[in-house]
Amino acid sequence: MTSRYALRFAALGYLAALLVVPVGLVVYRAFQDGVAEFIAAITTPEALHALWLTILIALIAVPANTVFGIFCALAIVRRKFPGHGLVNSIVDLPLALSPVVVGLALILVYGRQGWWGGWLIDNGFQVIFALPGMVLATIFVSLPFVVREVVPVLREIGDEQEEASATLGASSWQTFWRVTLPAIRWGVAYGVVLTTARALGEFGAVSVVSGRIAGRTETMTLHVEERFQAFEVQDAYAASVVLALLAVATLLAMTLLRKDEA
Amino acid sequence: MSSVAQPVAKPLRRRRPDATLSLGVTTGYLSVIVLIPLAALVLRSLEGGVGAFWDAVTEPQAVAALKLTFAVSFGVVLINAVFGTVIAWVLVRDSFRGKSIVNALIDLPFALPTIVAGLTLLALYGPRSPIGVNVAYSTAALIVALLFVTLPFVVRTVQPVLLELDRDMEEAAQSLGATSIQTFRRVVFPNLFPAILSGTALGFARSLGEFGAVVLISGNQPFKTEVASVYIFGQIESDNVTGAAAVSVVLLVASLGVLLAIGGVRRWATRHDL
Repeated sequence: MTSRYALRFAALGYLAALLVVPVGLVVYRAFQDGVAEFIAAITTPEALHALWLTILIALIAVPANTVFGIFCALAIVRRKFPGHGLVNSIVDLPLALSPVVVGLALILVYGRQGWWGGWLIDNGFQVIFALPGMVLATIFVSLPFVVREVVPVLREIGDEQEEASATLGASSWQTFWRVTLPAIRWGVAYGVVLTTARALGEFGAVSVVSGRIAGRTETMTLHVEERFQAFEVQDAYAASVVLALLAVATLLAMTLLRKDEA
Repeated sequence: MSSVAQPVAKPLRRRRPDATLSLGVTTGYLSVIVLIPLAALVLRSLEGGVGAFWDAVTEPQAVAALKLTFAVSFGVVLINAVFGTVIAWVLVRDSFRGKSIVNALIDLPFALPTIVAGLTLLALYGPRSPIGVNVAYSTAALIVALLFVTLPFVVRTVQPVLLELDRDMEEAAQSLGATSIQTFRRVVFPNLFPAILSGTALGFARSLGEFGAVVLISGNQPFKTEVASVYIFGQIESDNVTGAAAVSVVLLVASLGVLLAIGGVRRWATRHDL
């Protein structure tokens, strides 16, 4: 009995020291000068622009990765093709790769000295230090989640219903919309939540490719760092609370989706 | 008659047009987003030949950063292997009020942006610490930051295995006179081991590349608290792209190695029915 309480104490104590108390402290500090100060800190033009830019990037990256994720999961589960295992490993790579490395790799293709960057810039299309680069970086780091959530669901449901639908004369699009998609919708939804969380919170890769121009190419996470480096710690805390609220919303969505699945 | 029979007469296993489409989309997207940039990275690191690559990687500051990254990551994932298993155990076997909230909290390090994680840890364990613990700009700070980001991995790989684990075996062991420690070591642990190993490996890969959580709290002093990702960032800023690319390739190879090893562990576990 005592060992049970010892284990519980160890587990909860560890979580408190590492997660709960630090986050709680930042929330407390963000509000210690009053709600008015907090509102003022997150409604500066820079902060509002950063929030808008973060949402805009997510609005592009998340749908792109959702469509890709479904296609890719279908290819991995339903098709046998050469390089099957390779595609599987490449999809996981963004999970294990440093975001700074991702940023550098994109610069080497799309930067002024990069493979296509010079040509693109000469034709009036700037990728690095601009929105397209930040979108590419975000897509890269949040790429695996929909695939990883949909693959096991597809394996579990099997392809009998799809075969039946095809036999009864449904086109492949009809089969996809009426049979496959409804069956995998919870997996897709869970993947979308994870993708969104990763897209809103990305820092390293976006930091490398954005050039961090305040009011231009600064996302919410970059804004937190910029405020901190400018010794405006209160502003950094306030912006952090906004991001932490988004994180809590993510956790809530994850928990609800897990319940629906069960 | 014939009009009824017609749909059935369709070939049963015709090649669906979405086969080519899904394969085409997958390869095209992966190439543009992932493969081409990584190919550019590898080629750039080898631009000056293998000698130049080697020189860039064996630059003393790069070596120090890589050594620190690998050593600290290794230590951190060992700590989280222990605490992750304990937390998974408590979440599955113990019951107390608010357990579902604790369960949801495990994913916080994943949901919270890394820069915010760094800032929150700096608030509690930095110069303005309300509890008087200031570890900022030291290896200890680095360890705390990496413990934070790698926390969910072992918990989330061990938890489902523990849920599925048949308790009859443990009861049998105990009725035969095994102490609870013996039961854990001989019965439970061998069953959990593959899950602990793959969670630890995932955490290790994540830790090797971490940037956001460490950049504010570790102080980034070369030869002391500068990890590989921060070193790469610094080299990009100071226009030493070849040096940055070379160290990046080392991290890339390490990540790929870990991923392949995890695949190996999974295949081994399935073969031994664990």
